[in-house]
Amino acid sequence: MKDRVLFRPGHTACAGCGQSLAARLVLEAAGPNTIVTNNTGCLEVFSTKYPESAWGVPWIHSLFENAAAVASGIESALVYLGKKEGINVIAQAGDGGTADIGLQALSGMWERGHDILYCCYDNEAYMNTGIQRSGLTPFNSATTTSPAGTQSFGNIRPKKPMPEIALAHGIPYVATASAGFGQDLQRKVKKAFSIKGPKYLQIHVPCPLGWRHEPNLTLQVAKCAVETGLYPLIEFEGGVLVSRRQITPKPVEEYLKMQGRFKHLLNAPEEIKKIQEIADNNIKKYGLKVENTTTTEKS
Amino acid sequence: MFGPLIVKPEKSKGDKTGAWRTQLRPVFLKKNCIACRMCVQVCPEGCVQGEEKNTFSCDYNYCKGCGFCALICPKQDIVMVEEESGEEKK
Amino acid sequence: MKEFLEGSRTVAETVKRCKPGVISAYPITPQTHIVEELAQMVANGELGSSFVNVESEHSAASVVLGGAAAGVRSYTATSSQGLLLMGEVIFNIAGLRLPLVLTCANRSVSAPINIWNDQQDSISLRDAGWIQLYAESLQEIVDFHLMAYRLSEDKSVMLPVMVCMDGFILTHGMETVDMPEQDQVDKFLPPYKPLYKLDPAEPLTMGLLADPDYYMETRFAIQETLKEVIRIIPKVSEEFKSVFGRDYKDCLIEEYFTKDASKVIVAMGSVCGTIKEVVDQMRQKGKKVGLLKIISFRPFPYIQVYQALKNVAQVAVLDKAVSLGAISPLAVEIKATFCGKKKAPKVISSFVAGLGGRDITSDSVKEIFRKLTQQECAQEFIDLKPELLTEEYEG
Repeated sequence: MKDRVLFRPGHTACAGCGQSLAARLVLEAAGPNTIVTNNTGCLEVFSTKYPESAWGVPWIHSLFENAAAVASGIESALVYLGKKEGINVIAQAGDGGTADIGLQALSGMWERGHDILYCCYDNEAYMNTGIQRSGLTPFNSATTTSPAGTQSFGNIRPKKPMPEIALAHGIPYVATASAGFGQDLQRKVKKAFSIKGPKYLQIHVPCPLGWRHEPNLTLQVAKCAVETGLYPLIEFEGGVLVSRRQITPKPVEEYLKMQGRFKHLLNAPEEIKKIQEIADNNIKKYGLKVENTTTTEKS
Repeated sequence: MFGPLIVKPEKSKGDKTGAWRTQLRPVFLKKNCIACRMCVQVCPEGCVQGEEKNTFSCDYNYCKGCGFCALICPKQDIVMVEEESGEEKK
Repeated sequence: MKEFLEGSRTVAETVKRCKPGVISAYPITPQTHIVEELAQMVANGELGSSFVNVESEHSAASVVLGGAAAGVRSYTATSSQGLLLMGEVIFNIAGLRLPLVLTCANRSVSAPINIWNDQQDSISLRDAGWIQLYAESLQEIVDFHLMAYRLSEDKSVMLPVMVCMDGFILTHGMETVDMPEQDQVDKFLPPYKPLYKLDPAEPLTMGLLADPDYYMETRFAIQETLKEVIRIIPKVSEEFKSVFGRDYKDCLIEEYFTKDASKVIVAMGSVCGTIKEVVDQMRQKGKKVGLLKIISFRPFPYIQVYQALKNVAQVAVLDKAVSLGAISPLAVEIKATFCGKKKAPKVISSFVAGLGGRDITSDSVKEIFRKLTQQECAQEFIDLKPELLTEEYEG
């Protein structure tokens, strides 16, 4: 079992796909004693096109919104069999499958307290169906259903605060991670599985196709999101903030100009200001700014 | 009667996604490698392998030429070259 | 052992004897008592199942899907809106070839909202690939649940089974039932040995994307399997008889005085009890009438129905559901049975009754026999109240 490849190459993700990298890292951190349920989305589609499968662990895809519920059933079955100990159960989905259509089943799973890690691969839109807007699409981002135009700067709403919603459920472990910080991501997965109960891990995964950047820049884009404060890397245990990645904040414009989905903003400084406010609020809220005099906490 | 239903991982070889490379491919110079394994970690395909210093390379059957490994290598020991001509590209 | 029990209780007691590992359901009238009884059994330690209280029927079905995929016998129950909300999961479970038993406490479908019995809910999902059994009495309810697990988990079947019982009429009705002993159930229903399951020791991928090169064969496979189920159900019924003593013959249909009948009503579910009483009364008066009860609606037993009705002059099909805009669901199947056949009833008339829980009385049944004449009736609603209808909307 030890030598088993858990997420094989030969899947049909786009070159430079942040999600495929993150999925492999999550699985390698979880180990071979893992069962995965997966919602419909990019990850499911590119990794399991019959007769090929990239998954070296038991894996099931049912529908778009029920990975959390199917995982609840699997976990309950393992508990019934007395076999839950030592088996990691992961329910995973994209941002649409988590924050929109999948929110009900996810909330139910959290509320019932199942011992399951839920991973949200946040590429900030419904990418598999062609880059449509989701509840986690950032403010002013252009998607096909929230396009920029003469009357619009793109998506008019901020991201649904999923980590806060998770915390409000009182679950023992909530964290955000990024494809650009692979070791941090793996540490958080291992940490999550050391805790019993429902866990939420939201992973920022750039999508070169949907965000419109060169495939080789995925990791740089991911890092920049964190370094502007737009995507704080935070970690909560028992509702208490136990770690955050501190940054020397870069102006959001550096992040926005890397991606075609924000290029309509480059001539709209007022709109960029609004995004800067979001970053500044995050920095303030979580104390992300590296203070000159104190030692930094880097995960 | 059963139709296409379940796949066992050992029966699946995956698509030869190396055929997707039309522009660039990574070349592992194996000169200054310090075996930090960053290239192994960041490959979205998981097709980079190696153990000791200067032993790392990728499986070109699967490498899509995304370039993560070249950008991440702290010793610039991986370079992207043109698929056809073999000329290095920054 | 003979006991006088409420219908829901008989279901719970039967399911308990089947020892499912995962039970998950969402409350909806008139299924609620079933699940409440099971919850109490778990709370009292009589049943060791993982009992999962979910936040909707969609999740209830998904939880038991997960349980079955993990290789554990699972159970759920629902009605009406709940079953429809489960809709896509219902198709999913059959497509994934997972065994499961679901009790449908048949109830009408909104709008308008109505909590009383008709069969629209389960009938609306007839295309999903599930086996559908309709029970007339509480004894049948008990027995069909046992047969359902046996059937569902058969390695050559691996399809979910819906056991349908008329809401309120059967769920809340009380009858004397011969409850099976645990050792009898253990003999008839061995522990579930999964054909495939999610297990880190032997990883499998379930629920892949099947493109046009692969999809059609999955449907063909289920279709062929359901044809095979027509042959398997009678065998299971025979095994059942040898353990429990009750004989359901082929357990696909029940012929009640159809052999020499000139008029037969075809129906499903509890209304068959009423029809049998009317048949008895009319037979006493010398009228050659009969009832053909359909037990297995899916897979539909065309050959058995053909044999039972081919010499009957006039057939009335009583539907407790409608396919709005077309011929009623059961009527369609009966007509299809005889399409292109030399021997066929001269008349197959379609009647709709009992929608939204409107009582089907003995008088209603007699009305149907009266309306069953040489003139074929395309579709008639029995006991309709025309005074409630207006041509134009009256605000």
